[in-house]
Amino acid sequence: MSTTTGSFQQRSDVAIQDKKLRANFLSAMDGLMEKRDLAFDDKTQLEALRILGAQVRQNALVKLPELLVELETKLTQRGVQVHWAQTPDEAVDIIQSITLKEKAQKIIKGKSMVSEEIHLNDKMEQVGVTCLESDLGEYIVQLAKETPSHIVMPAIHKNTAEIADLLHEKTGIERKEDALYMTEQARQQLRKNFMEADIGLSGVNFAVAETGTLCLVENEGNGRLTTTVPKTHIAIMGIEKVVEKLEDTAPLLSLLTRSATGQPITTYFNMISGPRKENELDGPETVHLVLLDHGRTQMYQDDELLDTLRCIRCAACMNHCPVYTRIGGHAYGFTYPGPIGKILMPHLEGLDDTQSLPTASSLCGACAEVCPVKIPIPDLLVRLREEANHPNPQDSYIKGAGIKRHGMEPVLWSMWRWWHQRGTRYHIMTSMLTKLHFLQPSKLAPWTNKRTLPKMAKKSFHQQMKARTDRLKKGALR
Amino acid sequence: MNARQAILDKLQQSSLKRIGDGDVIPDRPGFQVMQRERKSNAQLSQQFENMMAKVKGEVIRVPQEELESRLNAIIEAKAIKTLLLSPESPYKASFSGLLDEVRIYDKAIESWKEALFNDIDAAITSTLGGIAETGTLVLWPSVSEPRLMSLVPPIHIAILYESQMQPTFWHFMHHHNWSEGMPTNALLISGPSKTADIEQTLAYGVHGPKELVIVLVEE
Ligand code: SF4
Repeated sequence: MSTTTGSFQQRSDVAIQDKKLRANFLSAMDGLMEKRDLAFDDKTQLEALRILGAQVRQNALVKLPELLVELETKLTQRGVQVHWAQTPDEAVDIIQSITLKEKAQKIIKGKSMVSEEIHLNDKMEQVGVTCLESDLGEYIVQLAKETPSHIVMPAIHKNTAEIADLLHEKTGIERKEDALYMTEQARQQLRKNFMEADIGLSGVNFAVAETGTLCLVENEGNGRLTTTVPKTHIAIMGIEKVVEKLEDTAPLLSLLTRSATGQPITTYFNMISGPRKENELDGPETVHLVLLDHGRTQMYQDDELLDTLRCIRCAACMNHCPVYTRIGGHAYGFTYPGPIGKILMPHLEGLDDTQSLPTASSLCGACAEVCPVKIPIPDLLVRLREEANHPNPQDSYIKGAGIKRHGMEPVLWSMWRWWHQRGTRYHIMTSMLTKLHFLQPSKLAPWTNKRTLPKMAKKSFHQQMKARTDRLKKGALR
Repeated sequence: MNARQAILDKLQQSSLKRIGDGDVIPDRPGFQVMQRERKSNAQLSQQFENMMAKVKGEVIRVPQEELESRLNAIIEAKAIKTLLLSPESPYKASFSGLLDEVRIYDKAIESWKEALFNDIDAAITSTLGGIAETGTLVLWPSVSEPRLMSLVPPIHIAILYESQMQPTFWHFMHHHNWSEGMPTNALLISGPSKTADIEQTLAYGVHGPKELVIVLVEE
């Protein structure tokens, strides 16, 4: 499901002309890039750590079915209820039935991109259950009735003045362009909700099969409150988030926080291995884990596409992406924006609905250069472009393959190939084109809307080279 | 077919041929990059202190024999009126003169949620140890020191022994054999709670403690 209307082209066209939005993203991304760079001062160590990060994730993926069963067994032994969902609807059903059983009215939420993926807040609203976001960025985005524009910093598209307006308007606090004041006000507003909520819902950063442990990375403490105060905790994660051993979390955590915000570590690393025990005095009485597929098993069918599942959602790829920096997160129109979104969303929603995403890249490679788990994002983009033009979609793993292959394009390309396969034909064509250069149209929309059209040379490259060689032979340039 | 079986079937039926970028990964990746040069406890605790200072964690070095009197001084300096302690805390009696009230966390949260959220100024907890490289406290909340002690009160005072310092998280979990079994909740804490969600401006004390005081005990 697309989150905004219009095509990607239309949305990015609007976004790129929004000066305030561009300024907000430009300064934010500049800051995040610098912080990441400073956090990895030793580049040799960084490289070694990235290799380990990639191996740890790859190791988990290779053993994925076994590890998921091990995780389920360990968690069940510890009293956690594990649920499996193939689709967002199934995940929503599971959560709705837990809510019903608990007679819950209010859910307090820690940050979870998977819950965004299944549009949980809207779906719960439909059955009369309120979901309240407690991460400050998510809280802001929810008050504005928007979706996150960044996977780590959900409200990055707004500047302080806009947030001051919003909080003043929606919560009645004084309008002050002061981040400290606004943060304190939000603390007060949310504290009551932590006490009252029946259920706390969170995401999961890593799930350890070895010990049956759910790990959450955060700075604010809202994740800890969400998973500790309400009497029920529901965690939701994509099936790829599992790792084999507890020690695997150490390099991943170090890579994640430094890549995301340049922090050596976040304020909290919260490791949950079960509900409150018999004589313990706090913590949830019931813990549920929802494991979501939603296109992940599709990526798992192919060695190259599998790399997508290594992702630890650090957002470094979007922070360093020249396209993301200019159009922001909403223009993509899907839950996950930026480079990771472009390689992930086609599997979640099908290439038919997401066909523009893999083309929204100059393939500059900045994303792959910074990715802490070395996902070859540009290669995957090229692969998805090929899949979108697949001549025999039935042979592809990917839903919506072949969607872009239509009309004259394949015919034109086969003519192109025919022309290029023989020297004589090729020479006749280029010399004709250069002779007829004056017939070249001056406008080629949409290409020329933003660019000047390159002029066809009066002499072809071959002709120029030949003339040069002839001159050389005569000794003219000696 | 149920969802569980369908997902596992799809994963098992996959025709994955190679691993990673063409090279076969050994059964377990090598963790050499996590290894560190040997350092003394004093060096580690210095590194810990430097890192904590960067995230506004207040480190106070205290010789073992002065621990109690220095805790008194901290309570006075911070004007703490209501203090939350574990039922096993050895200091229950010693602070009473300074405080309006000493509360002991000895009953389930449900029966006194409001008071915990609204009335307590500070809590003192123990720690399992510290991590030098990131300036991190390690806590294993327990029956006598429940999870919310280090989370809800605005000031968290943590007692850390210099001898319990490890270079990295990886060293720490191996040293303490964590893979053998984890408690219901284990925590790494690095500074007071914070956010940068408003235009990347750093603001401390969002949902968790506003101040983190580490009493670093030198033995
Ligand atoms: S693709 Fe790589 S850089 Fe992008 S979010 Fe995932 S792990 Fe981070």
